[in-house]
Amino acid sequence: MEPFRLAARDIACRRGDRLLFARLSLALEAGQALQVSGANGIGKSSLIRILAGLARPFDGTVERAGTIGLLDERPALDNDQPLGKALSFWTALDREAAPLEQLGIASLLDVPVRYLSTGQRKRAALARLIGQQADIWLLDEPLNGLDVDAVKLCEELVAQHCAGGGIAVIASHQRFDLPGMSTLSLAEYAL
Amino acid sequence: MTILASLLKRDLGRFLPGTSSGGTMLPLLFFLAVAMLYPFAVGPNPTLLAATGGGVIWVAALLAAILPLDRLLASDVHEGFFDQWALRGISEEVVVAVRLLAHWLSFGPFIMLAALPASALVGIDGETLRIVELGLLAGTPGLAAIGIIIAAITVGLRSGGAALSGLLVIPLAVPLLIFGAGALSTGGDGGLALTAAISLLLVAIAPFAGGAAIRAAREG
Repeated sequence: MEPFRLAARDIACRRGDRLLFARLSLALEAGQALQVSGANGIGKSSLIRILAGLARPFDGTVERAGTIGLLDERPALDNDQPLGKALSFWTALDREAAPLEQLGIASLLDVPVRYLSTGQRKRAALARLIGQQADIWLLDEPLNGLDVDAVKLCEELVAQHCAGGGIAVIASHQRFDLPGMSTLSLAEYAL
Repeated sequence: MTILASLLKRDLGRFLPGTSSGGTMLPLLFFLAVAMLYPFAVGPNPTLLAATGGGVIWVAALLAAILPLDRLLASDVHEGFFDQWALRGISEEVVVAVRLLAHWLSFGPFIMLAALPASALVGIDGETLRIVELGLLAGTPGLAAIGIIIAAITVGLRSGGAALSGLLVIPLAVPLLIFGAGALSTGGDGGLALTAAISLLLVAIAPFAGGAAIRAAREG
Protein backbone atom coordinates (compact mmCIF):
# COMPACT_ATOMS: atom_id res chain seq x y z
CA MET A 1 0.00 0.00 0.00
CA GLU A 2 1.29 3.39 -0.97
CA PRO A 3 1.95 5.60 2.08
CA PHE A 4 -0.47 8.48 2.38
CA ARG A 5 0.94 11.94 2.35
CA LEU A 6 -0.29 15.51 2.27
CA ALA A 7 2.19 18.30 1.74
CA ALA A 8 1.92 21.96 0.87
CA ARG A 9 4.84 24.11 -0.11
CA ASP A 10 4.88 27.89 0.15
CA ILE A 11 1.20 28.28 -0.58
CA ALA A 12 -0.52 31.64 -0.59
CA CYS A 13 -4.25 32.27 -0.67
CA ARG A 14 -6.07 35.19 -2.17
CA ARG A 15 -9.74 36.01 -1.69
CA GLY A 16 -10.91 38.79 -3.96
CA ASP A 17 -8.04 41.26 -3.99
CA ARG A 18 -6.90 40.46 -0.45
CA LEU A 19 -3.99 38.13 0.29
CA LEU A 20 -5.09 36.08 3.32
CA PHE A 21 -1.89 34.19 4.04
CA ALA A 22 1.39 33.38 2.30
CA ARG A 23 4.52 31.20 2.52
CA LEU A 24 2.62 28.47 4.34
CA SER A 25 4.21 25.03 4.21
CA LEU A 26 3.11 21.83 5.87
CA ALA A 27 3.82 18.13 5.50
CA LEU A 28 1.78 15.30 6.98
CA GLU A 29 2.68 11.62 6.85
CA ALA A 30 0.43 8.62 7.47
CA GLY A 31 -1.09 8.66 10.96
CA GLN A 32 -0.49 12.34 11.62
CA ALA A 33 -3.09 14.95 12.49
CA LEU A 34 -2.91 18.72 12.37
CA GLN A 35 -5.16 21.36 13.83
CA VAL A 36 -5.31 24.66 11.97
CA SER A 37 -6.38 27.40 14.33
CA GLY A 38 -7.02 31.08 13.91
CA ALA A 39 -9.64 33.78 14.22
CA ASN A 40 -12.73 33.99 12.00
CA GLY A 41 -11.99 35.08 8.46
CA ILE A 42 -8.29 34.32 8.64
CA GLY A 43 -8.55 31.72 5.88
CA LYS A 44 -9.02 28.34 7.59
CA SER A 45 -11.77 27.23 5.24
CA SER A 46 -9.86 28.54 2.23
CA LEU A 47 -6.82 26.52 3.31
CA ILE A 48 -8.95 23.39 3.63
CA ARG A 49 -10.38 23.92 0.15
CA ILE A 50 -6.89 24.46 -1.27
CA LEU A 51 -5.63 21.29 0.43
CA ALA A 52 -8.65 19.42 -0.97
CA GLY A 53 -7.84 20.62 -4.47
CA LEU A 54 -11.18 22.41 -4.80
CA ALA A 55 -9.52 25.82 -4.97
CA ARG A 56 -6.26 26.78 -6.58
CA PRO A 57 -3.62 28.34 -4.35
CA PHE A 58 -2.56 31.83 -5.42
CA ASP A 59 1.01 30.61 -5.17
CA GLY A 60 2.79 27.38 -4.22
CA THR A 61 1.99 23.71 -4.69
CA VAL A 62 0.04 21.00 -2.89
CA GLU A 63 0.89 17.30 -3.10
CA ARG A 64 -1.59 14.61 -2.18
CA ALA A 65 -1.10 10.87 -2.03
CA GLY A 66 -4.37 9.27 -0.99
CA THR A 67 -8.07 9.89 -1.38
CA ILE A 68 -9.56 13.03 0.14
CA GLY A 69 -12.60 13.21 2.39
CA LEU A 70 -14.08 16.62 3.09
CA LEU A 71 -16.42 17.61 5.90
CA ASP A 72 -17.56 21.22 5.89
CA GLU A 73 -20.65 23.16 6.87
CA ARG A 74 -22.62 21.66 3.98
CA PRO A 75 -23.61 18.03 4.60
CA ALA A 76 -24.35 17.36 0.89
CA LEU A 77 -27.52 15.46 1.78
CA ASP A 78 -30.81 15.94 -0.06
CA ASN A 79 -32.96 18.22 2.10
CA ASP A 80 -36.30 16.77 1.06
CA GLN A 81 -35.27 13.12 1.35
CA PRO A 82 -35.47 11.05 4.52
CA LEU A 83 -32.01 10.78 6.08
CA GLY A 84 -31.73 7.06 5.28
CA LYS A 85 -32.33 7.63 1.57
CA ALA A 86 -30.06 10.68 1.47
CA LEU A 87 -27.22 8.70 3.04
CA SER A 88 -27.84 5.65 0.87
CA PHE A 89 -27.09 7.76 -2.22
CA TRP A 90 -23.53 8.19 -0.93
CA THR A 91 -23.38 4.58 0.28
CA ALA A 92 -24.13 3.47 -3.27
CA LEU A 93 -21.24 5.61 -4.60
CA ASP A 94 -18.80 4.69 -1.83
CA ARG A 95 -19.90 1.06 -1.43
CA GLU A 96 -19.42 1.25 2.31
CA ALA A 97 -22.05 1.50 5.01
CA ALA A 98 -21.69 4.15 7.69
CA PRO A 99 -21.81 3.30 11.43
CA LEU A 100 -25.20 4.86 12.13
CA GLU A 101 -25.63 3.36 15.62
CA GLN A 102 -22.30 4.71 16.80
CA LEU A 103 -23.20 8.21 15.59
CA GLY A 104 -26.60 8.13 17.23
CA ILE A 105 -28.59 8.75 14.06
CA ALA A 106 -29.98 5.25 13.51
CA SER A 107 -33.37 6.36 14.85
CA LEU A 108 -33.54 9.35 12.50
CA LEU A 109 -33.47 7.49 9.20
CA ASP A 110 -37.13 8.26 8.37
CA VAL A 111 -36.82 11.95 9.17
CA PRO A 112 -36.41 14.30 6.19
CA VAL A 113 -33.00 15.97 6.28
CA ARG A 114 -34.51 19.47 6.43
CA TYR A 115 -36.10 18.69 9.84
CA LEU A 116 -32.76 17.68 11.39
CA SER A 117 -30.98 19.99 13.81
CA THR A 118 -27.54 21.42 13.09
CA GLY A 119 -25.87 18.82 15.27
CA GLN A 120 -27.83 15.95 13.75
CA ARG A 121 -26.86 17.11 10.27
CA LYS A 122 -23.24 17.22 11.37
CA ARG A 123 -23.50 13.66 12.70
CA ALA A 124 -25.03 12.57 9.38
CA ALA A 125 -22.20 14.28 7.50
CA LEU A 126 -19.71 12.43 9.71
CA ALA A 127 -21.46 9.19 8.75
CA ARG A 128 -21.01 10.10 5.09
CA LEU A 129 -17.36 10.88 5.68
CA ILE A 130 -16.69 7.59 7.43
CA GLY A 131 -18.52 5.67 4.72
CA GLN A 132 -16.27 7.26 2.13
CA GLN A 133 -13.23 5.55 3.69
CA ALA A 134 -10.94 8.31 2.48
CA ASP A 135 -7.27 8.32 3.44
CA ILE A 136 -6.98 12.04 4.16
CA TRP A 137 -9.70 13.74 6.20
CA LEU A 138 -10.09 17.48 5.83
CA LEU A 139 -12.47 18.72 8.50
CA ASP A 140 -13.70 22.31 8.42
CA GLU A 141 -15.14 23.26 11.83
CA PRO A 142 -16.20 19.68 12.59
CA LEU A 143 -17.36 20.53 16.12
CA ASN A 144 -19.85 23.25 15.16
CA GLY A 145 -23.26 22.38 16.54
CA LEU A 146 -22.15 19.14 18.19
CA ASP A 147 -23.05 18.44 21.81
CA VAL A 148 -20.53 17.32 24.44
CA ASP A 149 -20.97 13.60 23.72
CA ALA A 150 -20.72 14.10 19.97
CA VAL A 151 -17.58 16.21 20.35
CA LYS A 152 -15.99 13.32 22.24
CA LEU A 153 -17.20 10.89 19.60
CA CYS A 154 -15.82 13.04 16.80
CA GLU A 155 -12.43 13.23 18.54
CA GLU A 156 -12.47 9.44 18.96
CA LEU A 157 -13.32 8.90 15.30
CA VAL A 158 -10.44 11.09 14.18
CA ALA A 159 -8.12 9.28 16.60
CA GLN A 160 -9.23 5.92 15.14
CA HIS A 161 -8.73 7.25 11.62
CA CYS A 162 -5.17 8.34 12.40
CA ALA A 163 -4.41 5.12 14.30
CA GLY A 164 -5.40 3.29 11.13
CA GLY A 165 -2.77 5.21 9.18
CA GLY A 166 -4.98 8.03 7.97
CA ILE A 167 -4.18 11.73 7.88
CA ALA A 168 -6.45 14.39 9.36
CA VAL A 169 -6.43 18.16 9.10
CA ILE A 170 -8.87 19.90 11.44
CA ALA A 171 -9.63 23.56 10.91
CA SER A 172 -11.30 24.80 14.05
CA HIS A 173 -11.17 27.68 16.49
CA GLN A 174 -12.46 25.31 19.14
CA ARG A 175 -10.39 23.01 21.31
CA PHE A 176 -9.92 19.61 19.66
CA ASP A 177 -8.45 16.96 21.95
CA LEU A 178 -6.32 14.49 20.12
CA PRO A 179 -3.12 12.99 21.50
CA GLY A 180 -0.08 13.59 19.33
CA MET A 181 -1.76 16.23 17.19
CA SER A 182 0.35 19.13 15.97
CA THR A 183 -1.07 22.61 15.60
CA LEU A 184 -0.64 25.34 13.07
CA SER A 185 -1.62 28.86 13.91
CA LEU A 186 -2.68 30.56 10.72
CA ALA A 187 -2.11 33.99 12.25
CA GLU A 188 1.66 33.49 11.85
CA TYR A 189 1.27 33.40 8.08
CA ALA A 190 -1.32 36.13 7.77
CA LEU A 191 -0.44 39.33 5.98
CA MET B 1 -21.66 2.17 -14.46
CA THR B 2 -22.93 2.01 -10.89
CA ILE B 3 -21.95 5.65 -10.51
CA LEU B 4 -23.95 6.67 -13.58
CA ALA B 5 -26.91 4.57 -12.41
CA SER B 6 -26.81 6.12 -8.91
CA LEU B 7 -26.63 9.64 -10.31
CA LEU B 8 -29.45 9.02 -12.81
CA LYS B 9 -31.64 7.42 -10.15
CA ARG B 10 -31.23 10.42 -7.84
CA ASP B 11 -31.81 12.92 -10.66
CA LEU B 12 -34.94 11.18 -11.93
CA GLY B 13 -36.25 10.99 -8.36
CA ARG B 14 -35.87 14.75 -8.13
CA PHE B 15 -37.11 15.80 -11.57
CA LEU B 16 -39.70 13.33 -12.87
CA PRO B 17 -43.20 14.79 -12.61
CA GLY B 18 -45.22 13.37 -9.74
CA THR B 19 -42.32 11.88 -7.77
CA SER B 20 -42.42 12.31 -4.03
CA SER B 21 -39.59 14.80 -3.67
CA GLY B 22 -40.44 17.94 -5.50
CA GLY B 23 -40.71 16.73 -9.10
CA THR B 24 -43.65 18.70 -10.36
CA MET B 25 -46.34 18.70 -13.03
CA LEU B 26 -46.17 22.48 -13.15
CA PRO B 27 -44.31 22.87 -16.50
CA LEU B 28 -46.81 20.49 -18.13
CA LEU B 29 -49.82 22.32 -16.73
CA PHE B 30 -48.23 25.58 -17.81
CA PHE B 31 -47.78 24.17 -21.32
CA LEU B 32 -51.44 23.11 -21.47
CA ALA B 33 -52.56 26.43 -20.01
CA VAL B 34 -50.87 28.36 -22.82
CA ALA B 35 -52.48 26.10 -25.43
CA MET B 36 -55.84 26.55 -23.70
CA LEU B 37 -55.61 30.34 -23.43
CA TYR B 38 -54.58 30.88 -27.03
CA PRO B 39 -58.01 30.28 -28.67
CA PHE B 40 -59.61 32.59 -26.09
CA ALA B 41 -57.13 35.31 -27.00
CA VAL B 42 -57.31 35.14 -30.82
CA GLY B 43 -60.94 34.09 -31.14
CA PRO B 44 -62.52 30.88 -32.42
CA ASN B 45 -61.60 31.30 -36.09
CA PRO B 46 -60.76 27.70 -37.21
CA THR B 47 -58.58 28.74 -40.16
CA LEU B 48 -56.50 31.12 -38.09
CA LEU B 49 -56.13 28.58 -35.26
CA ALA B 50 -55.15 25.77 -37.61
CA ALA B 51 -52.57 27.98 -39.32
CA THR B 52 -50.93 29.24 -36.12
CA GLY B 53 -51.63 26.43 -33.61
CA GLY B 54 -48.45 24.48 -34.28
CA GLY B 55 -46.30 27.53 -33.65
CA VAL B 56 -48.11 28.22 -30.39
CA ILE B 57 -47.38 24.69 -29.21
CA TRP B 58 -43.70 25.33 -29.93
CA VAL B 59 -43.66 28.59 -27.98
CA ALA B 60 -45.49 26.91 -25.09
CA ALA B 61 -42.93 24.07 -25.07
CA LEU B 62 -40.07 26.55 -25.00
CA LEU B 63 -41.58 28.49 -22.08
CA ALA B 64 -42.34 25.27 -20.19
CA ALA B 65 -38.71 24.21 -20.59
CA ILE B 66 -37.59 27.37 -18.81
CA LEU B 67 -39.61 26.72 -15.63
CA PRO B 68 -37.43 24.03 -13.99
CA LEU B 69 -34.09 25.74 -14.73
CA ASP B 70 -33.41 27.20 -11.28
CA ARG B 71 -33.72 23.75 -9.68
CA LEU B 72 -31.42 21.99 -12.15
CA LEU B 73 -27.93 22.61 -10.75
CA ALA B 74 -27.80 25.50 -8.30
CA SER B 75 -28.87 23.62 -5.17
CA ASP B 76 -26.32 20.85 -5.75
CA VAL B 77 -23.55 23.43 -6.05
CA HIS B 78 -24.63 25.37 -2.94
CA GLU B 79 -25.12 22.26 -0.83
CA GLY B 80 -21.69 20.88 -1.63
CA PHE B 81 -22.66 17.92 -3.81
CA PHE B 82 -20.36 18.92 -6.64
CA ASP B 83 -17.42 19.28 -4.23
CA GLN B 84 -18.04 15.81 -2.84
CA TRP B 85 -18.33 14.34 -6.35
CA ALA B 86 -15.10 16.06 -7.40
CA LEU B 87 -13.27 14.54 -4.40
CA ARG B 88 -14.50 11.11 -5.48
CA GLY B 89 -13.14 11.64 -8.97
CA ILE B 90 -16.60 12.04 -10.56
CA SER B 91 -16.14 14.89 -13.00
CA GLU B 92 -18.58 17.75 -13.45
CA GLU B 93 -18.99 16.74 -17.09
CA VAL B 94 -20.31 13.30 -16.13
CA VAL B 95 -22.74 14.76 -13.60
CA VAL B 96 -23.96 17.36 -16.09
CA ALA B 97 -24.38 14.76 -18.86
CA VAL B 98 -26.49 12.57 -16.57
CA ARG B 99 -28.42 15.63 -15.40
CA LEU B 100 -29.13 16.54 -19.05
CA LEU B 101 -30.57 13.10 -19.69
CA ALA B 102 -32.71 13.25 -16.53
CA HIS B 103 -33.89 16.78 -17.34
CA TRP B 104 -34.92 15.78 -20.86
CA LEU B 105 -36.63 12.58 -19.66
CA SER B 106 -38.63 14.57 -17.14
CA PHE B 107 -40.03 17.07 -19.64
CA GLY B 108 -39.44 16.00 -23.28
CA PRO B 109 -41.64 12.92 -23.48
CA PHE B 110 -44.28 14.53 -21.26
CA ILE B 111 -44.45 17.64 -23.45
CA MET B 112 -44.89 15.35 -26.47
CA LEU B 113 -47.75 13.60 -24.68
CA ALA B 114 -49.30 16.90 -23.61
CA ALA B 115 -49.06 18.10 -27.21
CA LEU B 116 -51.90 15.67 -28.05
CA PRO B 117 -54.56 17.42 -25.94
CA ALA B 118 -52.94 20.75 -26.79
CA SER B 119 -53.40 20.06 -30.51
CA ALA B 120 -57.11 19.53 -29.91
CA LEU B 121 -57.28 22.82 -27.96
CA VAL B 122 -55.73 24.84 -30.77
CA GLY B 123 -57.48 22.81 -33.44
CA ILE B 124 -54.65 21.63 -35.70
CA ASP B 125 -55.06 18.67 -38.06
CA GLY B 126 -53.37 15.28 -37.95
CA GLU B 127 -50.61 16.02 -40.44
CA THR B 128 -49.61 19.23 -38.61
CA LEU B 129 -49.66 17.33 -35.32
CA ARG B 130 -47.32 14.73 -36.80
CA ILE B 131 -44.82 17.43 -37.78
CA VAL B 132 -45.15 19.12 -34.37
CA GLU B 133 -44.50 15.82 -32.57
CA LEU B 134 -41.49 15.00 -34.74
CA GLY B 135 -40.20 18.53 -34.30
CA LEU B 136 -40.58 18.30 -30.52
CA LEU B 137 -38.79 14.95 -30.53
CA ALA B 138 -35.94 16.54 -32.46
CA GLY B 139 -35.98 19.87 -30.63
CA THR B 140 -36.60 19.15 -26.94
CA PRO B 141 -33.14 17.57 -26.35
CA GLY B 142 -31.67 20.83 -27.65
CA LEU B 143 -33.95 22.86 -25.37
CA ALA B 144 -32.84 20.68 -22.44
CA ALA B 145 -29.18 21.21 -23.38
CA ILE B 146 -29.59 24.99 -23.57
CA GLY B 147 -31.33 24.87 -20.21
CA ILE B 148 -28.47 22.92 -18.62
CA ILE B 149 -25.83 25.27 -20.03
CA ILE B 150 -27.67 28.37 -18.82
CA ALA B 151 -28.36 26.80 -15.42
CA ALA B 152 -24.64 26.06 -15.05
CA ILE B 153 -23.59 29.56 -16.08
CA THR B 154 -26.03 31.25 -13.68
CA VAL B 155 -25.18 28.88 -10.82
CA GLY B 156 -23.30 31.53 -8.86
CA LEU B 157 -26.24 33.95 -8.82
CA ARG B 158 -28.16 33.53 -5.62
CA SER B 159 -31.08 35.80 -6.36
CA GLY B 160 -32.66 36.68 -9.64
CA GLY B 161 -30.98 33.68 -11.28
CA ALA B 162 -34.28 32.15 -12.36
CA ALA B 163 -35.54 35.18 -14.25
CA LEU B 164 -32.16 35.86 -15.81
CA SER B 165 -31.71 32.27 -16.99
CA GLY B 166 -35.15 32.43 -18.58
CA LEU B 167 -34.11 35.51 -20.51
CA LEU B 168 -30.79 33.95 -21.55
CA VAL B 169 -32.45 30.80 -22.90
CA ILE B 170 -34.63 32.68 -25.37
CA PRO B 171 -31.98 33.93 -27.85
CA LEU B 172 -30.22 30.56 -27.81
CA ALA B 173 -33.48 28.77 -28.49
CA VAL B 174 -34.36 30.91 -31.53
CA PRO B 175 -32.60 28.63 -34.09
CA LEU B 176 -34.47 25.58 -32.73
CA LEU B 177 -37.72 27.50 -32.93
CA ILE B 178 -37.05 28.77 -36.46
CA PHE B 179 -36.37 25.32 -37.88
CA GLY B 180 -38.69 23.33 -35.63
CA ALA B 181 -41.72 25.55 -36.11
CA GLY B 182 -40.57 26.44 -39.62
CA ALA B 183 -41.01 22.80 -40.65
CA LEU B 184 -44.73 23.41 -40.14
CA SER B 185 -45.05 26.00 -42.90
CA THR B 186 -42.72 24.31 -45.39
CA GLY B 187 -44.11 20.88 -44.54
CA GLY B 188 -40.73 19.42 -45.39
CA ASP B 189 -38.33 17.19 -43.54
CA GLY B 190 -35.49 19.66 -44.06
CA GLY B 191 -36.55 21.78 -41.09
CA LEU B 192 -36.86 18.73 -38.87
CA ALA B 193 -33.42 17.52 -39.91
CA LEU B 194 -31.89 20.91 -39.14
CA THR B 195 -33.66 20.99 -35.77
CA ALA B 196 -32.23 17.58 -34.97
CA ALA B 197 -28.76 18.70 -36.08
CA ILE B 198 -28.83 21.78 -33.83
CA SER B 199 -30.13 19.63 -30.98
CA LEU B 200 -27.32 17.10 -31.38
CA LEU B 201 -24.73 19.86 -31.44
CA LEU B 202 -26.14 21.44 -28.27
CA VAL B 203 -26.36 18.07 -26.51
CA ALA B 204 -22.71 17.39 -27.41
CA ILE B 205 -21.54 20.77 -26.10
CA ALA B 206 -23.68 20.93 -22.95
CA PRO B 207 -21.71 18.60 -20.61
CA PHE B 208 -18.42 20.37 -21.35
CA ALA B 209 -19.80 23.91 -21.22
CA GLY B 210 -21.77 23.09 -18.08
CA GLY B 211 -18.83 21.36 -16.38
CA ALA B 212 -16.50 24.25 -17.13
CA ALA B 213 -19.05 26.77 -15.83
CA ILE B 214 -19.47 24.88 -12.55
CA ARG B 215 -15.70 24.65 -12.04
CA ALA B 216 -15.35 28.36 -12.75
CA ALA B 217 -18.05 29.13 -10.17
CA ARG B 218 -16.17 27.01 -7.59
CA GLU B 219 -12.85 28.78 -8.13
CA GLY B 220 -14.43 32.22 -7.97
